[in-house]
Amino acid sequence: MKKIWAWGALLFGILYFTLPLVGMTNFSLKMRRGEYSFDAYAKVFGDPRFQETFTYSVTQALFTIVFGVLLVVPTAYWIRLKLPGLRPYVEFVTLLPLVIPAIVIVFGYIRLYNTSSWLPLTGSAFGTNILLMFGYATLALPYMYRAVDTGLRTIDVATLTEAAQSLGAGWATILARIILPNVLVAVLSGAFLTFAIVIGEFTMAALLNRPAFGPYMQLLGANRAYEPAALAVIAFGITWGCLGLIQLVSRFQKSAPPKA
Amino acid sequence: MSFLSLTNIKKSFGPVQVVHDFNMGIEKGEFVSFLGPSGCGKTTILRMIAGFETPSGGSIFIDGKDQGALKPNQRNIGMVFQAYALFPNMNVHDNVAFGLKVAGTSKTDIDIRVKQMLGLIKLEHLADRFPYQLSGGQQQRVALARALAVKPQVLLLDEPLSALDAKIRISLREEIRQIQQQLGITTVFVTHDQEEALSISDRIVVMNAGRADQIGTPFEIYNTPATRFVASFVGTLNIIEAKVADPAAGSITIGNQPVTLREPIAGLNGGDTISLALRPEAGSIAEGAKGDASISGEVVSTSFLGSVIRTRLRVGSDIISFDMFNNPGIIPPASGENVTLRFAAKDLLVIRE
Repeated sequence: MKKIWAWGALLFGILYFTLPLVGMTNFSLKMRRGEYSFDAYAKVFGDPRFQETFTYSVTQALFTIVFGVLLVVPTAYWIRLKLPGLRPYVEFVTLLPLVIPAIVIVFGYIRLYNTSSWLPLTGSAFGTNILLMFGYATLALPYMYRAVDTGLRTIDVATLTEAAQSLGAGWATILARIILPNVLVAVLSGAFLTFAIVIGEFTMAALLNRPAFGPYMQLLGANRAYEPAALAVIAFGITWGCLGLIQLVSRFQKSAPPKA
Repeated sequence: MSFLSLTNIKKSFGPVQVVHDFNMGIEKGEFVSFLGPSGCGKTTILRMIAGFETPSGGSIFIDGKDQGALKPNQRNIGMVFQAYALFPNMNVHDNVAFGLKVAGTSKTDIDIRVKQMLGLIKLEHLADRFPYQLSGGQQQRVALARALAVKPQVLLLDEPLSALDAKIRISLREEIRQIQQQLGITTVFVTHDQEEALSISDRIVVMNAGRADQIGTPFEIYNTPATRFVASFVGTLNIIEAKVADPAAGSITIGNQPVTLREPIAGLNGGDTISLALRPEAGSIAEGAKGDASISGEVVSTSFLGSVIRTRLRVGSDIISFDMFNNPGIIPPASGENVTLRFAAKDLLVIRE
């Protein structure tokens, strides 16, 4: 009897999550009257604004990842190595983006970095792009920090550092050649999550008026019928692709083969 | 000045002083072991030599050069850790080559040196393996090769054998000693295992509560312990409480039985209590056993330890253990039996606190 309930709950869960996706995918394929087709997808892919916004968001995502890695890896490493007492406070700070809405952060940015401020980042497209990248890095901080910190937990940071120091290595060498390669899987996990966040983010990009993928999805959704569904399926595919890559890289790392 | 000179070294962690005015000179090519229980300050001294801890006072000189202002990566020191500390992302070759690459050595020279080092530890065939594909003993040998590859002035070994099983520990300690003698490298070895320290060291420093209780050769440390702590920490030892009868004559009583020491007892009066040490292997109950001193007692128990049989004897209020080699032809004494233990009076050592 217990088993039936368990299977029933599982089935309900599967239907609850998959039916909307199936319905959305089904709808996205019905652009041509009376038959299934990829017309909506062809329209989306053929739209120059899709290519432009997607390229913009991918570029932003890559810069955000690089910035996030450069910020988080040395910080998490230093906290573990020298300031373990500060860990709870740093963890708290990294969690703040989860409780502070993006709209609050972006209004703060606009107020602080507007054209009449001492650092007028919003005065140019380049400056606004940098500001947006910082904003994305803030949104991704909880995921990136946790991923890297978990990775650092799996290695003996203190002893590896001392071993490298006794062999003459300085901090930059230790970070680049010992710490980073050993937390690469964790960094990649954080990187893929960052990528997924940046690709779908709407609020910051819209309020900073940048041609990102999130605002494009919203714009398309407000004006078209079938294309938004196709776009949602595409965005969903990208997210799942990122999660799949995390799994793949994790497996690859575990079985790192010796050089031939 | 000695090759490695430690002068008035002090170290405090907050209000707790863990090393008190430590002084020692270590000569070039010498193998010195720091022996002591956990928390006695031995690893702290090693870490101060490596530069991982800053002394609260005192100075460290290597080959006449003050190490005080040098960071760990600026000191020419090789270190082997208890936890191996091989870089998991590098194979054996790259681990051994790491220090040479950091130093900017050419690729050809690196390959030659790595080959030499792997030859030294007899692991040339495992150059392509990653650390997780090696046993603990192999990992520690690679860590040794990695530390030696950069030709350090001083080799520091921080309990390198503690994580290994007994058999590997013995073979690897002999290998370490052989390599150390072959290269003539000044080595400081930290251990809490007295057998390890006794078997491979030129000199041993017995540490107790942040101080060196005794510095001497293994022979001196074992046979003439300077303090009660050294006597009890190194080897098995009987501590016997005796009464002084005539200090000038060296006469004492153990459980009301008179024994005469080789030398007069200085600083004590008749009737005072004195602590004496006697190694279990120093006495014998065999017929015709030699010795100018003897005490009688009742056998409390007999334990078979393989190559030796340990018998515990009650003499007055003291329990004295003594060992005899296992010989199938000799029947050990039974519990309750009265026996006479013979020993040389010179083996009965007066212990300072």
